[in-house]
Amino acid sequence: MEWEPVIGLEIHAQLATKSKIFSGAATAYGAEPNTQACAIDLGMPGVLPVLNKEAVRMAVKFGLAVGAKIAPRSVFARKNYFYPDLPKGYQISQYELPIVGKGSIVIELDDGVTKTVGITRAHLEEDAGKSLHEDFHGMTGIDLNRAGTPLLEIVSEPDMRSAKEAVAYMKRIHSLVRYLEICDGNMQEGSFRCDANVSVRPKGQEKFGTRAELKNINSFRFVERAILHEIERQIELIEGGGKVKQETRLYDPDKDETRAMRSKEEAMDYRYFPDPDLLPVELDAAFISGVKATLPELPDQKKERFVAQYGLSTYDAGVLTATREMANYFEQVADVCKSPKLAAELGDGRSVRPTE
Amino acid sequence: MHTLRLAALSAGLKAKKFSSAELTRGFLQRIAAHDKQLNAFVTVAEESALKQANAADARLAKGQAVALTGVPLAQKDIFCTQGVKTTCGSKMLANFIAPYSATVVQRCDDAGMVMLGKTNMDEFAMGSSNETSYFGPVRNPYDLNAVPGGSSGGSAAAVAARLAPIATGTDTGGSIRQPAALCNLTGLKPTYGRVSRYGMIAFASSLDQGGPMARSAEDVALLMNVIAGFDSNDSTSVDTPVPDYTADLTKSLAGLRIGIPKEFFGQGLDTKVEQVIRDALKQYERLGAKIKEISLPNSGLSVPTYYVVAPAECSSNLSRFDGVRYGYRCDQPVDLVDLYKRSRGEGFGAEVKRRIMIGTYALSSGYYDAYYLKAQKLRRLISDDFKNAYKEIDVIMGPTSPTVAFNLGEKTDDPVTMYLSDIYTIAVNLAGIPGMSIPVGFVGQRPVGLQLMGNYFDEARLLNIAHQYQQATDWHLRAPKGFE
Repeated sequence: MEWEPVIGLEIHAQLATKSKIFSGAATAYGAEPNTQACAIDLGMPGVLPVLNKEAVRMAVKFGLAVGAKIAPRSVFARKNYFYPDLPKGYQISQYELPIVGKGSIVIELDDGVTKTVGITRAHLEEDAGKSLHEDFHGMTGIDLNRAGTPLLEIVSEPDMRSAKEAVAYMKRIHSLVRYLEICDGNMQEGSFRCDANVSVRPKGQEKFGTRAELKNINSFRFVERAILHEIERQIELIEGGGKVKQETRLYDPDKDETRAMRSKEEAMDYRYFPDPDLLPVELDAAFISGVKATLPELPDQKKERFVAQYGLSTYDAGVLTATREMANYFEQVADVCKSPKLAAELGDGRSVRPTE
Repeated sequence: MHTLRLAALSAGLKAKKFSSAELTRGFLQRIAAHDKQLNAFVTVAEESALKQANAADARLAKGQAVALTGVPLAQKDIFCTQGVKTTCGSKMLANFIAPYSATVVQRCDDAGMVMLGKTNMDEFAMGSSNETSYFGPVRNPYDLNAVPGGSSGGSAAAVAARLAPIATGTDTGGSIRQPAALCNLTGLKPTYGRVSRYGMIAFASSLDQGGPMARSAEDVALLMNVIAGFDSNDSTSVDTPVPDYTADLTKSLAGLRIGIPKEFFGQGLDTKVEQVIRDALKQYERLGAKIKEISLPNSGLSVPTYYVVAPAECSSNLSRFDGVRYGYRCDQPVDLVDLYKRSRGEGFGAEVKRRIMIGTYALSSGYYDAYYLKAQKLRRLISDDFKNAYKEIDVIMGPTSPTVAFNLGEKTDDPVTMYLSDIYTIAVNLAGIPGMSIPVGFVGQRPVGLQLMGNYFDEARLLNIAHQYQQATDWHLRAPKGFE
């Protein structure tokens, strides 16, 4: 039987604000543990969150860039669970009313074929701290520097049909958030990471199969490998007469396999409810158009312009607009050497390295 | 000096009749002499109080004093105080010292007030009798066999016994007004958002509000002038101008329209308490007010609504007390789950656990719509009742509590009966409007409080209405025997 994978991604992009989403503490990466955690990040008794407007602006910027409807009223909710690196015993997130509604983005595959991937929603939330399991002699250390860092969780529709499409989508979002300067995209530092929902179904069948969620994947290579492995695992399981269980799985890059974390029955009841410490976020048209005015030229617009203005091939224009830095570099070189074609070759490294 | 009220204390300090240090030592001595009987204080902050008093005296000498500079007060132990223990009445925080001060505390400090200590309270403000405190019950100065009310029972007993001229309280379902009523005090729960909640340990975030407990409306007004106002650290605090709360105190009540909700005079109201309340209303008529019976048709839903909303919020608010970063941690946890279970199991008392369980249940998947969401809808109906009423009246009056203070231990085995002692105060929190309780008489030795409920941000008018009554009566001046 021929099987068709169905994939949706939840991308967590750390927003590049200077301070945290609900406190004034700095967000810079790499500080000594617990030196960038104030009373609010520590969840001290009596403290209250105050929303960072910059995080709201960045979320709106993203929403506008994917053609999404910006919610005139969005609501922060508490997601309740106990974990040592979650100081308050709940994460402040958005649940029923996210700030960014339905949008979409066009991805381009290796063969030049384009495909539109739907974006279900994007919402603001705070990151948790980190549990450090090494160097503590059988105990666990907690570093709360990351606690309260703003995240934009971007949820896609289950529109992708292969690991390659998933990677292309993730790269597209990665490029976009860096163009918008709302996320540094540093995957090693965890600024850009994703969960993948994967299921398979017999080709031609409309109904989705049971999905597994792969947690916390932080590189393009791992996304592709984790999804490929999961597809293979599910097909083998079904063909061997088994059933896919709805569960959360963790990808282990060292062993190159996914393994079960918890099943649907063990899934936590997060007891979401609107956070009474925060007012609903109400955005008027003036605020939204103000943010719109700050949008840079987006990758697709730039690509079209490069084709029109410099006479580049679609392929070259695509390569040169993959990142904002590359595009800027190309335009500077093209301006100096007066030869877009040569500049393009310089730019994508086909003849010489850009630094030369 | 301990019999003087705030205006006289302030005038005496400015006229150099006494110093803040003398005043402070005087109150500390009274606490030392009398608090063994009452248990009103969890912490007496002798050292820092004297330091603050000396600083206030220096400020007075330089002529840089503001209205309440040098005046002592007691803070409910729910407000975080940098450098002084904040227990919230719980074993969980029995040794907790906050690294920062609550906005209310900071404003009192900035005004040069002197904090005598931290007052006893029901654990995490959950209770109506001060019997759920880890630090033992508080006794009512008017009758030592009686409870002082709760949860701000320590503040009420301290002020009633003249161990502090004034104190702060917090009110989630009646925790300022009910103990004020039971201890012959004037207490104000301001409009939700009028006083910052920053640094006030949260019980139910959408209902909690701090306010003054004092021996007169004028004293309440003076402390409101210090603590009220917008705070950028509290997103739910409201940025509207703060009036001078003493400005309207002397306005005449001629033509005042008082609404009496018939639902507040039904079954459950003690007949002797009712008589005292009716007499107080007659006094208001003599002051020129017009009384009209009104209806708050949904007020009967207040208690069930409250006991979904408040526990739901508390179940989440109290999750941070997990033994990981601060507060009580069990001995020798074997793993993470054991650490959580035993730290919370041993650190919280029975009433707190009961409410965490109710709230967890009400928010769980499959029950959320039936309980939490439904309660939010009822809350709107209850608010609408008040909004409609204020179209034709200025203030609503009724009893604060259905009975006078009950005996210690009388209701501890029956949580539902205990919950019903807040039956008249809860709707005010659900609607977010301001409410007061003022002394209007006694049944035997035990005081009776009249509740005044105002429209949003109408604190100044409530204080005016209370003050005019106090100009014509002397109930609020009657000190408890042995504490005169």
